Amino acid sequence: MSMNVLLAITPWPAVSAVIWVVVLVAILYLARHTAHQAIRTATGAISRGLRLAAHSMAHAELRLAERNRDVLLAAGLEAKERIVEREFARVGETVRKDLANYPHLHRALSEAIGRIEEDHQNAVEVPPEAPGWVRAVETVSKLDARNGGSDVLADIHKSLVKAHKEAMDAYRKASSERHELLRGMMPRWRDVQQVLTEVNKKVESLLSRSVTIDRHMQEYEDIVKGQDKAVSILSSSSLVHFFVSAMVLLVALGGAAINFSLIARPMAEMVGGTSFIGVFKTADIAALVIIMVEISMGLFLMESLRITRLFPVIGALPDKMRVRMIWITFCILLLLASIEAGLAYMREVLLQDELATSALLRGTEAVVENEFLWITTAAQMGMGFILPFALVFVAIPLETFVNSLRTVLGLIGIGVLRAFALVLRVSGNGMRHLGTLAERLYDLPLFVPLWLETRLAANGRASHGPVEDLREVTP
Amino acid sequence: MRRAVILACAALLGACTPPVARNTGVYLLLDTSGTYRAELRKAEDVILYTLARLEPADAFAVARIDTGSFSEKDIIAKTTFDERPSTANAQKRVFAQRVQDFIARSNSSQYTDITGGLLQAVEFLNEKQTGRKTILIFSDLEQDLEEGYMRDIPVPFQGFEVVALNVVKLRKDNYDPREYMARLEQWKAQVEKGGGKWRVVNDLDRLDGLL
Repeated sequence: MSMNVLLAITPWPAVSAVIWVVVLVAILYLARHTAHQAIRTATGAISRGLRLAAHSMAHAELRLAERNRDVLLAAGLEAKERIVEREFARVGETVRKDLANYPHLHRALSEAIGRIEEDHQNAVEVPPEAPGWVRAVETVSKLDARNGGSDVLADIHKSLVKAHKEAMDAYRKASSERHELLRGMMPRWRDVQQVLTEVNKKVESLLSRSVTIDRHMQEYEDIVKGQDKAVSILSSSSLVHFFVSAMVLLVALGGAAINFSLIARPMAEMVGGTSFIGVFKTADIAALVIIMVEISMGLFLMESLRITRLFPVIGALPDKMRVRMIWITFCILLLLASIEAGLAYMREVLLQDELATSALLRGTEAVVENEFLWITTAAQMGMGFILPFALVFVAIPLETFVNSLRTVLGLIGIGVLRAFALVLRVSGNGMRHLGTLAERLYDLPLFVPLWLETRLAANGRASHGPVEDLREVTP
Repeated sequence: MRRAVILACAALLGACTPPVARNTGVYLLLDTSGTYRAELRKAEDVILYTLARLEPADAFAVARIDTGSFSEKDIIAKTTFDERPSTANAQKRVFAQRVQDFIARSNSSQYTDITGGLLQAVEFLNEKQTGRKTILIFSDLEQDLEEGYMRDIPVPFQGFEVVALNVVKLRKDNYDPREYMARLEQWKAQVEKGGGKWRVVNDLDRLDGLL
């Protein structure tokens, strides 16, 4: 039905329009209650659905956070166990290496002290002999001089002087010997001091290790208790580990790319330069496979050395088998490195051949012989040999990356879920308010009948006015 | 799990599909008739350039256009390069030497059978089954058949690109350039009618887009 037909119900289009508006408003007014209910039901249902989804998201976020916490704690426990284990191994090694010599040390110390005691005994000063002459001299002095007492005294004096001289000589000799003995004690004292200093150093080293172990044990206990502080520390450590390991992996990727460019070209000589697997050249895939095999061998070597723990099966192998595996992987790596060095050499040869051919085809002079060419050739060969061994160490950042990736992915997941939950909650509330707004918009064209309704209601209240007024003022 | 198995099977099936030929086949026709023989030195540059651009496993042949060109005897040098780059380089050197020897001792022919040469080129490249097929015609495109030679036959050029190189103007073209235009147009029509692509390159200093 076109607008013209609608406006043709009376000869005057304006009157027709007014009639239609009145009819429409009347219909809308009559359907107002039902329409409001429909709007409220629809927006309410959508709002409840969104809030339910938001609640579900929040619940999922909590579960993920809990799981992330468990993962962090488990990783932290494992790391701490490794650290404490290593510290104990170091302490054990110190005890085995240094304190195993303790009996020998003790014997050396006892011997040194014994010798010092012996020397000390020998160095004791012998007291001078008590004079036995004094009484004899007294008796002789009482004799009459005529009886020859003076002669005797003179003889005695002479003997005394001689005896004194002899005693003094003996005393000096004894003193000299004692001093010699005391001088001989000096190096022994130094030996004792040195031995004791050594012992002190070792004991102090053990003490410092024990302090470190105590600290790690304290952190271990915190993790076992699941304290928030421990979780926070582990979380930040995990992020740092993630970024650092990612950076190192990028560097390793650069190394692998260089390695690839070194061997991809000569690989064409082995597998052909024109065969393809899918859209990739077979030579490129072969070069890539060699690099991947090298990285895998590096992983196995690191696992066998128990430096990394990506494959628990390898770590749990008996020691004999593990050592065999170390040698096997090392030999394979050595072979691959040698092959790469050969390929790098071949690359240079091919390059020269290609340059010579191009020069011939271009009609220019042959390529000038470069006397320093051997340097680049040797450098390429060296890189070809060293890079496979350098790639072995990729295992360490790779393990850290994989371990920290779980936590980082968990954190990202938590962030995403939280954002979704927020958006859903806001949308749910928005829908509720949208329903109210829709009701008001519905009422907008009905302002005339609504105004009349309000007036009629006001008149009705006016007839029962006092009661209503009293109700309003009652506190 | 099931999805992974399906993906793996799809990848295996993809890998087992017959290999698509990615190599290039080039057949160069050299006009040795009359005065055009003087242009052969330029042709040598084109041949060397082509050799430099070709990769292992590509096929290349150089043939002369003479009185009756639909013949293997007119092929001066032909080779399919080895898959190993070093061997391919050695083949290129031998090929270049053979072409240089021919140019040094070639004689001019009395007639010019371009269509016969094209037929021979199509046959050669189809036999090689290369992924990309290009015929280079180093000629003034003036066909001059000896009596008795039947060349009014359609040549199947599907999948071929035909490039006319160094199409020099003849003396009569200077009098009436429409003849030159008509000659080019006639060959273009013939190639496109056979399902091929037609191109003319007269600036031999800029061969970058030739292959």
